[in-house]
Amino acid sequence: MDDKLKRDIILEHYQNPINRGFIDNNNYIKVNSRNESCVDNITVALLLDKDVIIDARFEGEACAICTSATSVMIKTLIGKTVEEAREIIKNFNNMINEEEYDSSILEELNVYDTVYRQPNRKNCALLPFKAVKDILGERE
Amino acid sequence: MRLEDFPILKNNIIYFDNGATTFKPQKVIDKINEYYKEYTSNAHRGDYDYSLKVDTEYENVRVKIKDFINAKQKEEIVFTSGTTHSLNQVIFGYCSKILKEGDEVLISKAEHASNVLPWMILSEKIGFNIKYIPLDSNYEINIEDVKKSITDKTKIISLAHVSNVIGDIRPIKEIGSICKERNILFIVDAAQSIGHLKIDVEDMNIDFLAASAHKMLGPTGTGFLYGKMDYLKETDPLMYGGGMNSYFESDFTYELKNVPLKFEAGTQNIAGVLGMGAAIDYLKEIGLDKIHEYEYELKKYAVSKLKEVPNIIIYNEKSKSGCLTFNIDKVFSQDTAVFLNNYNICVRSGNHCAKILKDEIGATNTCRAIFYLYNTKEEIDKFVEVLKMQDKIYDNIV
Ligand SMILES: Cc1ncc(COP(=O)(O)O)c(C=O)c1O
Repeated sequence: MDDKLKRDIILEHYQNPINRGFIDNNNYIKVNSRNESCVDNITVALLLDKDVIIDARFEGEACAICTSATSVMIKTLIGKTVEEAREIIKNFNNMINEEEYDSSILEELNVYDTVYRQPNRKNCALLPFKAVKDILGERE
Repeated sequence: MRLEDFPILKNNIIYFDNGATTFKPQKVIDKINEYYKEYTSNAHRGDYDYSLKVDTEYENVRVKIKDFINAKQKEEIVFTSGTTHSLNQVIFGYCSKILKEGDEVLISKAEHASNVLPWMILSEKIGFNIKYIPLDSNYEINIEDVKKSITDKTKIISLAHVSNVIGDIRPIKEIGSICKERNILFIVDAAQSIGHLKIDVEDMNIDFLAASAHKMLGPTGTGFLYGKMDYLKETDPLMYGGGMNSYFESDFTYELKNVPLKFEAGTQNIAGVLGMGAAIDYLKEIGLDKIHEYEYELKKYAVSKLKEVPNIIIYNEKSKSGCLTFNIDKVFSQDTAVFLNNYNICVRSGNHCAKILKDEIGATNTCRAIFYLYNTKEEIDKFVEVLKMQDKIYDNIV
């Protein structure tokens, strides 16, 4: 994918993120995630039906990388099983940290495959995944 | 001003993050090197020449600080690791002994974490109330609001001299004289004013003053606490060990050293203290009045230049320091900071550790530029040029 296309996808998700804002439903499991530099602040909510993520939403304030990554993540995770979600998170983490990963399961999340070039933004991309990991971790 | 004194500037960097820490002049670096290369040894410990020299130089820095802030005696200066340590020392070592349930401590919502959290933690234990002095429409503190906030229960007022988000200079002398009149303990966080503004603890009626060397051209990991002698005598150390006791015996009797040494347990940051002394010499050579005038001029220049740039929100146009807090409208502060970094311009983005100020200014995150003596109008021109290219802000996002 060329950089221009990646940029366009990221900006589209930044400006019009998917599922921003919570709805009134106590079945969502929410976790807040902030990074240590104390800037990005995102809360992710997942709705699970047995083992399947049937909805994901978020609220919060964050930079372009973090906000867009949250939106792309939500798009990717909806409809996946918990097991599939765990795999995606693991591989996304690996991609950001320049380790071996399977790009075939990351779908649109591949647009972040060069974020490692900006070490100070890695945590921005990883932040929403941290929240989801916490939520799924609680279910073990 | 004197750019040639700052070796790091050769890297062609435009550094406006002087609120976080400052660059160091060669003289400060030389002083630290001199200690490590020429006479490394511990203070207060040896009978040999090196140790004596270190002792003399170390104690001499106490005198320099005493003169710098016009304290009455050098024993009123305690070396610490910086402002955070100093504030914790006062709050947990002294205020913990005088505060009772129902008492009130006045701070503001624009205080740094180190002047908020210790109070929160201590109040959980004691049950005193933390009250906020309101901020005016410029997010500043004015003397009328201070007066209105004081009640019969007010025991302590603890404020930054210059706030680190807005950069407003608080009316410290006026507050000090009210505190004196009303018998209120007055603690001043000088992290952002030390090395920028003249401080006179006597004239301003300051009871405790906390400061960091690294924000006034000195090294990291060192700073000081000033306290009025009567209060320091009543203050308990936070740490116990070598260097701060006169004796201790197998029958568990002991005696601590006098102020200030009883607060300086363990081997101190000697290189840091000597570097702090060199920073004070350097600042005095130029003159704080000149420095303040220069940095305020830069701020006014930046404000006037930014008027030409669309979509810029300035939060602290009125504050009279070198601090400029801004955002590009609808752009997250971190994205602006990263964009400026692409042009080697360093600003800070975030909430600047003043996490509760967001209640007031309605923006959780801002960009902050604080100008200092080695910044120039040319640098501000470049900064303004980059902000004019704001439509390119996301061009390098990946
Ligand atoms: C107003 C204020 N108080 C306290 C501090 C803490 O200083 P230090 O980190 O040197 O202890 C800072 C530093 O950012 C500050 O700006």
